[in-house]
Amino acid sequence: MTTTDLTTDHSRATADEAHSHGLASTPPNSSRADRDKSFDLDVFPVPSGREEQWRFSAVRDLAPLFVDQPVEGSLAWSIDALPAGVRLTEVSVADARERSVSAPGDRASAIAAAHSGGARALTVAPGSVIEKPITITMHGDGSEARGHLLVEIGANAEVSVVIERTGSATYSEFISVDVGQNAGLNLVLLQTWEDDAVHSGEVHAKLSRDARLRGSVVTLGGKVVRLNTTASLSGVGSSVDLFGLYFADSGQHQEHQLFVDHMVPNCRSRVTYKGALAGASARTVWIGDVLIRKEAEGTDTYELNRNLVLTDGARADSVPNLEIETGLIDGAGHASATGRFDEEQMFYLRSRGISESEARKLVVRGFFADLIQEIGVPEVEKGLMNAIELELDMVEADDE
Amino acid sequence: MSTLVITDLHVSVETPEGTKEILRGVDLTIDSGHVHAIMGPNGSGKSTLAYSIAGHPKYTITSGTVTLDGEDVLEMSVDERAKAGIFLAMQYPVEVPGVSVSNFLRTAKTAIDGEAPKLRTWVKDVKSSMADLRMDSSFAERNVNEGFSGGEKKRHEILQMELLQPKIAILDETDSGLDVDALRIVSEGVNRVKDKTNVGVLLITHYTRILNYITPDFVHVFVDGRVAEQGGPELAERLEAEGYDRYLTKA
Repeated sequence: MTTTDLTTDHSRATADEAHSHGLASTPPNSSRADRDKSFDLDVFPVPSGREEQWRFSAVRDLAPLFVDQPVEGSLAWSIDALPAGVRLTEVSVADARERSVSAPGDRASAIAAAHSGGARALTVAPGSVIEKPITITMHGDGSEARGHLLVEIGANAEVSVVIERTGSATYSEFISVDVGQNAGLNLVLLQTWEDDAVHSGEVHAKLSRDARLRGSVVTLGGKVVRLNTTASLSGVGSSVDLFGLYFADSGQHQEHQLFVDHMVPNCRSRVTYKGALAGASARTVWIGDVLIRKEAEGTDTYELNRNLVLTDGARADSVPNLEIETGLIDGAGHASATGRFDEEQMFYLRSRGISESEARKLVVRGFFADLIQEIGVPEVEKGLMNAIELELDMVEADDE
Repeated sequence: MSTLVITDLHVSVETPEGTKEILRGVDLTIDSGHVHAIMGPNGSGKSTLAYSIAGHPKYTITSGTVTLDGEDVLEMSVDERAKAGIFLAMQYPVEVPGVSVSNFLRTAKTAIDGEAPKLRTWVKDVKSSMADLRMDSSFAERNVNEGFSGGEKKRHEILQMELLQPKIAILDETDSGLDVDALRIVSEGVNRVKDKTNVGVLLITHYTRILNYITPDFVHVFVDGRVAEQGGPELAERLEAEGYDRYLTKA
């Protein structure tokens, strides 16, 4: 039997209904948009874990990232020769503040910006259509590191950017993504850290008129990974698709927070995050906030989170939130479900001759297959299913 | 020619009120090509017998033996039993989200045979079996049992039996909850598989109606965890007329 432990499905929400759930992440009468944004560290006290946006977080492990001090280490970047129209430049801390689409939204990313030692800017010239994905590997040698990255896509440009994090680090970052008029960006963030990495990242993307952003997050590695993604739909007709795939095994804490801000009319957003959990202390958190402002008539939005719990003891939190300030929308909905791969499903598959490990793979493959196809970068898609099966093999090795 | 031999099987389950013995010494021998109907009132242990043979972890075998062609079935894991040739069509087949029927069938066939089926013949076999069971070809792309009606679930079970070609098939109340049309389709499927593969069938049922479509060679009446009476098809007719009352009052 499939036991769905927690399900919400409000496929057609309206402005009349309150759309906070039991575990609402937005206090009554206060909008998600009201949260502080600043480069000034004093705005963000050190989180205790009781604050709304930190209450599901592994605050103790993240503590080094709250310390207002320069750090020695950095991530080593590898990047292929850049095609015409694309530049990678060093930017001073002060200039990076100016060029960021927003100020940081929490202490970890404010500190990342303050102590990055200067930002890097990946800039794509207007009108450039780059066929081959730009791949950046950031490798940690186990030290502390802070990063500030600017991704700037000029008007009418089209590009895919894949950023992979490998090795280990205690790392925080602030990524500003500026998608110009009628530009298209496919941004893939791969967290394939080693087991002891601690990573807190904030990504803030701003979309101009008719801009398109496809953003995928894949989190497989690390001890603690906390990614906070904001998409501000600030230009009429802009569109965002945010995909996430995560797999947590014992000892891993993976948190993905999302905020889609519909600021202007006729924009579209889709959020689709799926996670699998295996191992007694595996832990995932998904918080998806969507705000449809009064001005954002004609909005079309849907967000979905699915979690698959493969073994006892793992815990998945899923908190969708929809704030609607206008009734003149095309559609707004969200769905969240956490299902368990239970003893009965295992028995059913095994009674057809399928071994225990093959049964788990079958279910996990099926669970992620659609999502992987959405990433839109064949080089990434190809390796991903193998990486997930490797995770499963590790879970089984732990069991024995 | 295969033989499943069940000897003095005792099975218990853990309940909140403590250990409860459900099977109290079952003896049964099933040969290839024969249909054994197991009939009995609710709670008599019929399904426990089915699940114990298939190896469900909920049931504890306290004594007795089960062998298939001399091999100790109780020593085998659940998937090993399936590979040895035992198939259980479940009364309540479970949903497996994210796994398509076609993927599931191919994976199971590969596991049972120890090698992947030849693609061309496999696709043909699946198609023709589905057509025989009046299953639309779109079925193959749906997730296993997800959103299936009762009749669709049972047809899907028989489809698996047809494709996996077990030596012994246990059908646990495959007829329960089916209307006459679905019952006929499912029964035809069972008869077809039996004619084609000479499978031995343990047909567990609460009702006699399915026996109008599948003729049993033997009928065993199950009461209170053991076989209370056995005979030929005429026993089923008597049950149809008299019901189980006479066994229950005796017990």
